[in-house]
Amino acid sequence: MSDLNAVSAVEAPGPAPTGPRHGGSPAKPRSLAGDAWLDLRSSKIFWVAVVLVAVILLMAVWPSLFTSADPRDCVLANKNAGAASGAPFGFDFQGCNVYAKTIYGARDSLIVGLFATLLAGVIGLLFGLTAGYYGGWLDAVLSRFIDVVLGVPFLLAAIVLANRFSTDPDATNIVPVILTLGLLGWTTSARVMRSAVISAKGQDYVAAARMLGASPSRQMFRHILPNSIGPFLVVLTILLGINIASESTLSYLGVGLKGDAISWGIAIAEAGPYIRTTAAPLIWPSVFLAVTVLAFIMLGDAIRDAFDPKLR
Amino acid sequence: MFRYIVRRLLQMVLTFFGATFLVYALMFANQDDPYQALVGERPLSESQRIALNAQYHLDDPFLVQYWHYVRGLLTGDLGTSLTQRRPISEMLAEAWPITIKLALLAVLIAAVIAVSAGVLSGIRRGGVFDNVTLVITLIVLAMPVVVLAPVAQVVFGVQLGWFPVTVTRDAGLWDLLLPALVLGTLVIATELRVTRSSVAENMRADYVRTARAKGLTNKRVIGAHVLRNSLIPVITLIGVDIGALMSGAIITEGVFNIPGVGFNLFRGIRAEDGPLVVGFVSVLVIVFLVINLIVDLLYAALDPRIRYE
Repeated sequence: MSDLNAVSAVEAPGPAPTGPRHGGSPAKPRSLAGDAWLDLRSSKIFWVAVVLVAVILLMAVWPSLFTSADPRDCVLANKNAGAASGAPFGFDFQGCNVYAKTIYGARDSLIVGLFATLLAGVIGLLFGLTAGYYGGWLDAVLSRFIDVVLGVPFLLAAIVLANRFSTDPDATNIVPVILTLGLLGWTTSARVMRSAVISAKGQDYVAAARMLGASPSRQMFRHILPNSIGPFLVVLTILLGINIASESTLSYLGVGLKGDAISWGIAIAEAGPYIRTTAAPLIWPSVFLAVTVLAFIMLGDAIRDAFDPKLR
Repeated sequence: MFRYIVRRLLQMVLTFFGATFLVYALMFANQDDPYQALVGERPLSESQRIALNAQYHLDDPFLVQYWHYVRGLLTGDLGTSLTQRRPISEMLAEAWPITIKLALLAVLIAAVIAVSAGVLSGIRRGGVFDNVTLVITLIVLAMPVVVLAPVAQVVFGVQLGWFPVTVTRDAGLWDLLLPALVLGTLVIATELRVTRSSVAENMRADYVRTARAKGLTNKRVIGAHVLRNSLIPVITLIGVDIGALMSGAIITEGVFNIPGVGFNLFRGIRAEDGPLVVGFVSVLVIVFLVINLIVDLLYAALDPRIRYE
């Protein structure tokens, strides 16, 4: 990315180009981002993922667009009833509308996923940037610390952390779950950032900036960061999907979202004992959860493929 | 090789203390009133306080308490479960066999499917089979175990009736097949993708061209040359996979009522049995670290580039 930008920046003010450089249009050469965007535009997986993410976001922001029923309005007389008007997925053992509950489940999942990813991203960015830029003993210490965090299997650590953070048994527990997932999920992004920074640091334009007297923070944030952030953002997109799945797993175990919260994980856990009577309250939240996670992972996968020059 | 082993062992010691310290500090530090948590609702007398101090070292500084915990961990003394009123090490010993059986079966299923499909799609990269497997692995990667395990139970256990819905302690291979499939699915996608890309890469290597130039048959080129070199990176995955399997086992054993390690942990979490959770988690962390150490040493033995780094 850096090389192409640097080349075009240097050549643009010079004499008029003598001819088309890439055998295509005579316009200035496309940057890697432009190339990747062209690639993405023709990728079916990318568009499927974009549409799915858009629908899920809409569901989280404006659930009443999809259902007029209240997910908390449960009538025991409807216990395990089949599909009805306004309730295409039927009712669960407490007489709650499964369709409404599933639609409303998107909001808390996305809030937790987004903020946990944001937290993990900030930690990963700071760790990766510091370790990659300064190197030496600081890099060694930070890298060993990442090893220690990675040394604990994720779910085991998450169970202990989530238990620690949730102090109020009646709360929805959104903040503790965000903290848990954020504090455990940053390691991969930090590693990716670190190696991207190390390779960007050796480039000539960083040396030029340094010789012109740029301070370390200016070098880091103006020159290195913009040129090494691509792979990092891809990791975060995939992490968003993983965080949504992890939230459901924790909620399923009873250490995630609780109380008033509506979550696909809780719905799956609650439906578990009644599968012999009716399977719909288990199947539908499962489908929505799997499709949501799939959408984010597909998005990250498609972007990574587009940015990876080795696959061209 | 010797220097590599020493370095790797030192690293593991560091990780061990770091990880157990984190678990211990998070679980037991800053507890409001550890005495009251132990005796429950009853009022606490001075003699009880002294007895509890003698048993749990509650009046010692934090680092000394951590030391007692680590010593217990290394000597197999994990304390007593709050809900079951039994030594945790005894529960663990009872739960291991079925979990190991389940995990081995899962690893075996995953490895067989992943390696054979990975080799096939790696040889013909970009072909129909390759594209179909890529899409399938993407879907499998996105499938959280909380979805996979209950849905598999409903579809194959309850509705189709092909497999038993729950599993008992002395279950045979057939009873464990469905949970093992669910568990194997968690690691199959990454294994397949790594096999695929490493086969595809090796197919372009110089030594493969040489082997072909010598006039070897396609079968021999792939079986003896490509496969051997492609499986080395897959081995490193086993270490990572064990972590995924542990997380998966907590849910899978909980869903299928398999009385193994994951099931006990699952029940401990739901019953808020602190000592049980910490004891089980600590032991699982140690198992994870030891397996990763073994895998890394194995990798270094197989690939000289690692040990002379």
